[in-house]
Amino acid sequence: MSKTLAPPRPTPTGRATPRGALAVRLFGERISLLVRPRTVAVCLALVLVGVLALAVTVTVGDYEISLAAVPGAILGYGERLDVFFVQGVRLPRALTAIGVGAALGIAGSVFQSLSRNALGSPDIIGFTSGAATGAVLVILVLGAGRLAVSLGAIAGGLLTAAIVYLLAMKNGVQGYRLVLVGIGVSAMLGSVRDYLLTRAELTDALGAQIWMIGSLNSRGWAEVAAVWISLAVLAPVLLALGRRLRFMELGDDTAQGLGVPIRSTQIWALAAASALTGAAIAVAGPIGFVALAAPQIARRLTRTGGTTLVGSALTGATLLVVADLVALRALAPTQLPVGVVTAVIGGSYLIWLLYTEWRGVRA
Amino acid sequence: MTTPADTGSRLNGRDLTLAYEQRVISQNLAVSIPDNSFTVIVGPNACGKSTLLRALSRTLKPAHGHVHLDGQVIGSYPAKEVARRLGLLPQTSIAPDGIGVADLVARGRFPHQGFLRQWSAQDEAVVAEAMDATGVTALADRSVDELSGGQRQRVWLAMVLAQQTPLLLLDEPTTYLDIAHQMDMLDLCADLHAERGYTLVAVLHDLNHACRYASHLIVMKEGAIVAEGDPAKVVTAELVEEVFGLPVRIIPDPETGTPMIVPVDRRGAAR
Ligand SMILES: Nc1ncnc2c1ncn2[C@@H]1O[C@H](COP(=O)(O)OP(=O)(O)O)[C@@H](O)[C@H]1O
Ligand SMILES: [Mg+2]
Repeated sequence: MSKTLAPPRPTPTGRATPRGALAVRLFGERISLLVRPRTVAVCLALVLVGVLALAVTVTVGDYEISLAAVPGAILGYGERLDVFFVQGVRLPRALTAIGVGAALGIAGSVFQSLSRNALGSPDIIGFTSGAATGAVLVILVLGAGRLAVSLGAIAGGLLTAAIVYLLAMKNGVQGYRLVLVGIGVSAMLGSVRDYLLTRAELTDALGAQIWMIGSLNSRGWAEVAAVWISLAVLAPVLLALGRRLRFMELGDDTAQGLGVPIRSTQIWALAAASALTGAAIAVAGPIGFVALAAPQIARRLTRTGGTTLVGSALTGATLLVVADLVALRALAPTQLPVGVVTAVIGGSYLIWLLYTEWRGVRA
Repeated sequence: MTTPADTGSRLNGRDLTLAYEQRVISQNLAVSIPDNSFTVIVGPNACGKSTLLRALSRTLKPAHGHVHLDGQVIGSYPAKEVARRLGLLPQTSIAPDGIGVADLVARGRFPHQGFLRQWSAQDEAVVAEAMDATGVTALADRSVDELSGGQRQRVWLAMVLAQQTPLLLLDEPTTYLDIAHQMDMLDLCADLHAERGYTLVAVLHDLNHACRYASHLIVMKEGAIVAEGDPAKVVTAELVEEVFGLPVRIIPDPETGTPMIVPVDRRGAAR
């Protein structure tokens, strides 16, 4: 076949390489990749900002710790209070923020890619609402502790995702249908929650309300382990599917025509992204807007047409660790739940996105 | 299952029932695409042309019967293997926001790539050739969003060409194009067929274009194939009236001598 397509005249070399990308070929072409310097630079910058925010979170507060004392404190050496704040409070909190942010960023990116819709995040398609309802049920009806609440959230989220998926399915899943059905199911679950809250004891209702905003307060190493182990298991699955997901954005028929197995990709990606969202919500509650905003910010920063899973993960992680810092310090000594801050940041972002897109259409 | 039903046809199906869930579109359909042909499918709106093309490209699994590709049931091949033999340009494709032209054309290399081989020198050369063949090389660095309909259609065709498949299925490649761009696109297809040895299957709306370019014409009505063969032999005024419900006269195309369909002027009769 390559002979029949021989070019009639030599084409200038490099013309065919997509703009903003470099061809990297190693070991006599056994490895060949397209590298986008802008994406690499954006990712490095995000890591840098994230690490800075981590350092500030660990050192700054009512009890200040010098940066030099941190490495020792992590290992358990140095002043007792230093060790207590670094090991016991601030480091696990920041690591939880990074893990939860990365999980929500990747999962949001996968959901948006599958639904081909910027609104197709777990917040909108009902997953978050299902998780919140599961958790509220456990808090109010069983009155159980944090682990049970987490399990209730995961069960509620997965169940709701499955219901929404089945209701939206007709010759495969159409993105807008997923969003519409998700909004409907979320609204119904919201009224169930409201009803439960009106029937509950005041302290229980307050606990449930606080859980539903999402928070990183007093998260310890158990939470760090939960979210990072979930990431270690599920993120590689999703990264391996990332290439196929980018092809599925061309439309089902086109993707299938190119040899992408779309059904299995859809199912695996949906399962892994749902599990990752479940883990994030179980650990920190339903922190809003990270899953919605991180993938959109990432794709505008990297200027790649389409999904960027690594970029979304790093954006989500950085967004959440920065938002948590704001939540801690903005009104210090009062601590805000981080969900309030992400809702403000994410909400402004969403409005800006819609505003510029509508203007773009009219222009 | 391994003997091809028709000799001289790499792509064929017999006894096909094509349906969307409960809704049956075609029944007992037999179709075979002659090798090295420029096959054109025509028929009224919603008669099942796209459905047939989807079945031939295994994007729709027949409810009954099998499509064979190179003597084997098409569904029994690994997905990428089919995509190395048969390219599909669907009626609607989605260009992700902000994607570049070269980026989109390069997507056509997917069936030839793997985890470690994502952009070989061959990939690059083939993409350059495909852009050259469709005349979009000068657009390589533009965004697909900002192209005209005709340019965009050529970019999609370039993507399918980059797949390097001997068989190409094109669903309405000329829709939304003005007459000049329609002829450009059809000439391009004719070149691919005559000079580069592609077997082409295209759904077209314009009967005169179909008659002029097709080496093999398939006429469909309500899910069934009602006539097929050389357009000069197949196309009659009776057939067109039966299929489209439109009284016509057929005269030789003054340019090519192929059948040309001229609707009968009914205005006098109506008054
Ligand atoms: N995804 C689908 N689900 C249900 N019905 C469909 C679907 N796609 C097409 N159809 C129906 O199948 C029939 C044939 O459609 P199609 O093959 O697209 O026609 P054509 O391409 O000839 O215009 C139409 O009546 C159409 O409404
Ligand atoms: Mg059609």
